[in-house]
Amino acid sequence: MIRKQHAIHGQDRPFLRPDRRACLTGLAGLAATLSLGAAGPAVAGAPEITFDELYSSYGVLGLEFSEKVKLLTGRTVSIRGFMAPPLKAEAQFFVLSEIPMALCPFCSSDADWPDNIVVVYLDRRQTFTQPNQMIEVTGRLERGSWIDPETGFVSQLRLRDARYRKV
Amino acid sequence: MRNLFATLAATTFLTAAAQAATIYPLDRATILVNSPFDFKIELDAVHPESDVAVTVNGKPYAETFGRDAEFVAEEKGDDDAVLGSALILRDLALAEPGEYTVEVKAGDESKSVTWNVYATPETAKAKNIIFILGDGLSVAHRTAARIMSKGMTEGKADGRLAMDDLDHMAFIGTSSTHSIATDSANTMSAYMTGHKSRVNALGVYADRTPDSLDDPRVETIAEALRRTTNKSIGVVSTSELEDATPAAVVSHTRKRADKAEIVGMFHDVQPEVILGGGSAYFLKSDVPGSKRKDDKDYIQMFKDAGYALATSKEELAAAAGSNTGKLLGLFHTGNMDTWLDRNQLKKGTVDKFPDQPGLVEMTKSALDQLSKNPDGFFLMVEGASVDKMSHPMDWDRAVVETIELDQVVALAREFAQTHPDTMIVVTGDHTHGVSLIGTIDDNKPGDEMRQKVGVYDDAGFPDYADEDGDGYPDSIDVARRFAIFSSNFPDYYETWRPKLDGPFQPAVQNENGEYVANEAYKDIPGAVFREGNLPKDSDTAVHSVDDVVLQATGPGAEEFKGYMEQSDVYKVLADAFALGTGQK
Repeated sequence: MIRKQHAIHGQDRPFLRPDRRACLTGLAGLAATLSLGAAGPAVAGAPEITFDELYSSYGVLGLEFSEKVKLLTGRTVSIRGFMAPPLKAEAQFFVLSEIPMALCPFCSSDADWPDNIVVVYLDRRQTFTQPNQMIEVTGRLERGSWIDPETGFVSQLRLRDARYRKV
Repeated sequence: MRNLFATLAATTFLTAAAQAATIYPLDRATILVNSPFDFKIELDAVHPESDVAVTVNGKPYAETFGRDAEFVAEEKGDDDAVLGSALILRDLALAEPGEYTVEVKAGDESKSVTWNVYATPETAKAKNIIFILGDGLSVAHRTAARIMSKGMTEGKADGRLAMDDLDHMAFIGTSSTHSIATDSANTMSAYMTGHKSRVNALGVYADRTPDSLDDPRVETIAEALRRTTNKSIGVVSTSELEDATPAAVVSHTRKRADKAEIVGMFHDVQPEVILGGGSAYFLKSDVPGSKRKDDKDYIQMFKDAGYALATSKEELAAAAGSNTGKLLGLFHTGNMDTWLDRNQLKKGTVDKFPDQPGLVEMTKSALDQLSKNPDGFFLMVEGASVDKMSHPMDWDRAVVETIELDQVVALAREFAQTHPDTMIVVTGDHTHGVSLIGTIDDNKPGDEMRQKVGVYDDAGFPDYADEDGDGYPDSIDVARRFAIFSSNFPDYYETWRPKLDGPFQPAVQNENGEYVANEAYKDIPGAVFREGNLPKDSDTAVHSVDDVVLQATGPGAEEFKGYMEQSDVYKVLADAFALGTGQK
């Protein structure tokens, strides 16, 4: 078991500051007006979180969500990572990983996912990116065990109503 | 990609349609006397039950089998497609050794298979068996480990690996029931049941129905030991315990990916010692880090069954002194890190799981516990990452894993010194297309890395040093190092260097499902792009079909010789323990 302390940086604690524009990203009407491939104004203001900041501890008997994740649950956040190939083209979600996946757990039965993946449910279809391409995903952070009803895929952290852009 | 699957599916269907009926166990199966197995006949067409005639050695089958099989008028496939009629008789056991010719006739379909049911000596030759498996262990791994660990002077090794002095050996054919190629599920399953099977299958023949848990079962060695002896059972691996090799000791599933179910199968058999990674499938689904979909808390369930739990090196050492008799050690949510990462480079996931024991420490704890049983034990130890590092062609890690595995062999031989009634088997489950071809020398002139590859006389000897005498190289990052290459590879960047920043990840998938070279390695000085020779959906280097070299020592080991099918190895284990005879 190792514990990581993530300081809340500086005085202004940027990710805690209520951001009215970020809160609006979930609204489909506004979101639909945003162009792909570029961060829209609503996206730019969302608090950022990194893969290193998701869990405060890793242990054999379980992981612990970080304070930052707990604080930001339900909020619209941005996280950078790599898109794993989707289970099927029409899947409603994809898996965001810290580094590009060298094995495909969906296709190979001897591969498995890392602990710290984030599952991304898009608010509308977006084209697949190259796996070497880092992306920034913005969406509403949801935590806790969830089984995707269509695929049975289990996740602990999700971004809902999300969209992404290339970094 | 999806088109490829569609084509494959269509091909499989056509092939199946052209075949005759299938009888499980397959023709030439060898079956331990009194060992339970599922008998199944799959007919290609739908037949009325009255049209299906099955005989054993010329007589109606129920006379020999003692029971009627269940008749399934129509087996269903995906999308409710009708696959044909079937007969299933579960938990059949044959008490008389000999040849059994099973024939089925139904309409214009017919099939005949012959099984050999074998007895074993009445008394056991060995009290204990330590079965040490290097996953993917190939000849190049051994050669490289010997030179790296012991050194070489004027063409003679400066020392011997512990596995170099085992006195019996055999070449093992690893092919699966549907392919010359193979994976760690069906290969270990053949060792642990005596029956070959299909890729991804554990403890079952692979039938045609989609359900992965209904396939015809065969008995695992753990079940045979429970049925016939009071011996203890140990399973130790550096992989997830649900991974194919450790799972094969206890499991029955068509799909090795049924990891949540496999934990349940461990719980059914309750090996006295279970040590490895893969805790994610023991945790109930609402615990962050869990990969289960249900609320079964196997940590608690094993504790309730009397297991002491260890989750770190220190807890393992403490638990080894306990007298619970049952020990569950879980040291990682997934696969444990390699020796090189744990001890020298501190990469991989060592920052998250800094207290992982090594394979030698785990084996020591297992032997301490298991040897308390006066009736003896069966211990399976797997060095999983020989394979897990060979797939991504991380040869430094794979070779150092082989050295660690060899230190387990040394420990086992030390144990056998004081417990001479112990058979030790050291083998791989399959091989990799890997070869040591010379050296790479940074001090050769020029910038082009291939010009620094030394072959023939020019290779000389590598610079690895072991000043502290622990058997491991003090550093793998030396100027003149091994040139090891794979015969097969996806697109990747060859860096010609050890991967000091973490295990190699040669290729990543693109939007078309094709694996492309991982550009993270593109800008390493000297790196060159190699276009793959594998299908584009292959993520890493693959297993080879080449034979495995098995070595063994101790009572019963004399049966290992010449060429053997992987399934024949089980009979040697069964003979050594006299599993054909009840000993309770």
